[in-house]
Amino acid sequence: MAEKIYRVNMTNLTTSTEPVPDKWLGLGGRGLTSTIVAEEVEPTCHPLGGKNKLVVAPGLLSGTVAANSGRLSIGAKSPLTGTIKEANSGGTAAQMLAKLGCKALIIEGLPKGDAWYTLLISEDGVTIQEEQELVGKGNFDVVATIGKRTDEKHGIITIGPAGEMKLSAANISIKDPDSHLRSSGRGGLGAVMGSKRVKCIIIEPTDAKVEIVDQEKFTEANRAFTKALVDNPISQALGTYGTNVLVNIINEAGALPTRNFTSGQFDGHEEISGETMHDTIVERAGKPKHNCHKGCVIQCSQIYNDKEKKYKTSGFEYESIWAMGADCCVDNLDHIAEADHLMDDIGVDSIETSVAMGVAMEGGLLEFGDGEGICRILREDVAKGTPLGRIIGCGAASVGRAFGVTRVPVVKNQAIPAYDPRAVKGIGITYATSTQGADHTMGYTIATNILGVGGSVDPLSHEGQVELSRNLQIATAAIDSTGMCLFIAFAALDDEKCLPALVDMINARFGADLTADDVTNLGISILKTERAFNEAAGFTNKDDRLPEFFYEEPIAPHNVVWDIPDEELDKFWDF
Amino acid sequence: MAGEISITVKLFAFFRENRFKQQEQTFPATITVREIIQRLGIDPEEVGVTMINSRHCTLDQTPVQGDQLAIFPVIGGG
Ligand code: SF4
Repeated sequence: MAEKIYRVNMTNLTTSTEPVPDKWLGLGGRGLTSTIVAEEVEPTCHPLGGKNKLVVAPGLLSGTVAANSGRLSIGAKSPLTGTIKEANSGGTAAQMLAKLGCKALIIEGLPKGDAWYTLLISEDGVTIQEEQELVGKGNFDVVATIGKRTDEKHGIITIGPAGEMKLSAANISIKDPDSHLRSSGRGGLGAVMGSKRVKCIIIEPTDAKVEIVDQEKFTEANRAFTKALVDNPISQALGTYGTNVLVNIINEAGALPTRNFTSGQFDGHEEISGETMHDTIVERAGKPKHNCHKGCVIQCSQIYNDKEKKYKTSGFEYESIWAMGADCCVDNLDHIAEADHLMDDIGVDSIETSVAMGVAMEGGLLEFGDGEGICRILREDVAKGTPLGRIIGCGAASVGRAFGVTRVPVVKNQAIPAYDPRAVKGIGITYATSTQGADHTMGYTIATNILGVGGSVDPLSHEGQVELSRNLQIATAAIDSTGMCLFIAFAALDDEKCLPALVDMINARFGADLTADDVTNLGISILKTERAFNEAAGFTNKDDRLPEFFYEEPIAPHNVVWDIPDEELDKFWDF
Repeated sequence: MAGEISITVKLFAFFRENRFKQQEQTFPATITVREIIQRLGIDPEEVGVTMINSRHCTLDQTPVQGDQLAIFPVIGGG
């Protein structure tokens, strides 16, 4: 199907379909969401006001049979950070939108009145329907209800109660092939969707296919690409242990933030490790291997069952387990799984919310280690929107302010994830300089600092960290535009056949003639576009800093502080 | 005994299968990390990361009395 831009105006409740402007033709995923946000959203606008726009875009290769290409990008100005934002996730929506020829869906304006709406996307375009049945429902109930209303094959993009309440940690959930959820987690995009009073976007299945200019070349390139992914030993380990295999190695390296970032090692690491999780899953007849969208050959996701061997959660990621586990000192995987399930259902980012709990524990709300207490507060406060629940659901910085805590691990208001920047300097550069607040996925230096992928750079030294983070941030911006899952990067960094095969697929799909340099340049231009938006919104290099306590409090076992000089950090943008 | 060291060896992921999680072991004082790995029946090719006392080390390094040696296969996540 020919590609189109779908535009929904929530102020007038009208929709339109537009041809794709030439300048957007070569863009997809994050490249497209960031370009549209930068072009059409006033940088100084209120993120929850009528001038912000929510932009949804599948990647350049989404909808094709290319392995691991089914990731969806969602962008807007973030209510959490005030910066530009793109969050990406798996699920079935990216592939379905691409097959419908939806290059991007732009939701703008704000409706008057209290009604809620559902958007329905089909071969005929988008329609807006008033919604009553789904309002107030948790994400799992939304998926089940729509399953009954239509069938299980429809794609779903939805917000939970947190998004309806416009909490700044609210995420957007995407249905996966088994009717479970994946999340566009970070930066509070669920609140932007909630501000527009769109509860849910339903995508009709289609038999249409994505057009491919040179099918033969595409098939050949995909074969080489898939082989590079499958042969990579890291892909294999991801399939067995999930991303949670990292708990033990990051703990061993002394970089596992523990007890609200006061230590780099957690006594209970073994209990929450990928190894323990794998054995527990097998014992309870779950699935250690599972994919978040059809066509993923790495399968880092899993199905985690409870003690009664009933489904509890999936996509049980290292970051969530670290945050609820080590950072809140909970050494019980079942409590963490319960919390993960609750956060998915309420629709809050599991990193932001868990780090917020850690800060709240330091503020005296609960004892560290009280996993049941965390679940209770999620159920009784966050889900119901009590004043306490809203403070927690607005993230770590919000809790820090409400409880007078100064040890608040955030950059640009967004919670720092699972690697302590004092003990892994490269990732600290990424947290500080990222265009979107602290986010490990923006430039995953852990690969090279800790895992020995793409060379090795000593995590504790100053040497080479800025360059490492910069190169990875550029490459990531490009990968995030293809629809590829970022985990292809492990193969791409160490297997020289991987990236050329990816570029060949893009060329075969569009009849283009891109080189590897063009792809790098795409990454550079995305970063610069995002940076320019932030500058126009009022951000300066002074915002590219880590919180004070990282400079002052040494962290065990290496007893190191954050000591990269500010001038070094500022050199990040010299390109 | 003279000329011997005892160190704590930690294994991770599938290296634990039919082996152990953590054990005190005694080796000749001149032993390298690579030789320890070989003695454990692990193919050095499968090793991704090794650390002594929480710092990355090379396979040619020689641990000393009381060290903690951690051996990981090639792994990743994020
Ligand atoms: S590797 Fe994991 S995150 Fe990536 S596409 Fe597969 S299941 Fe999804």
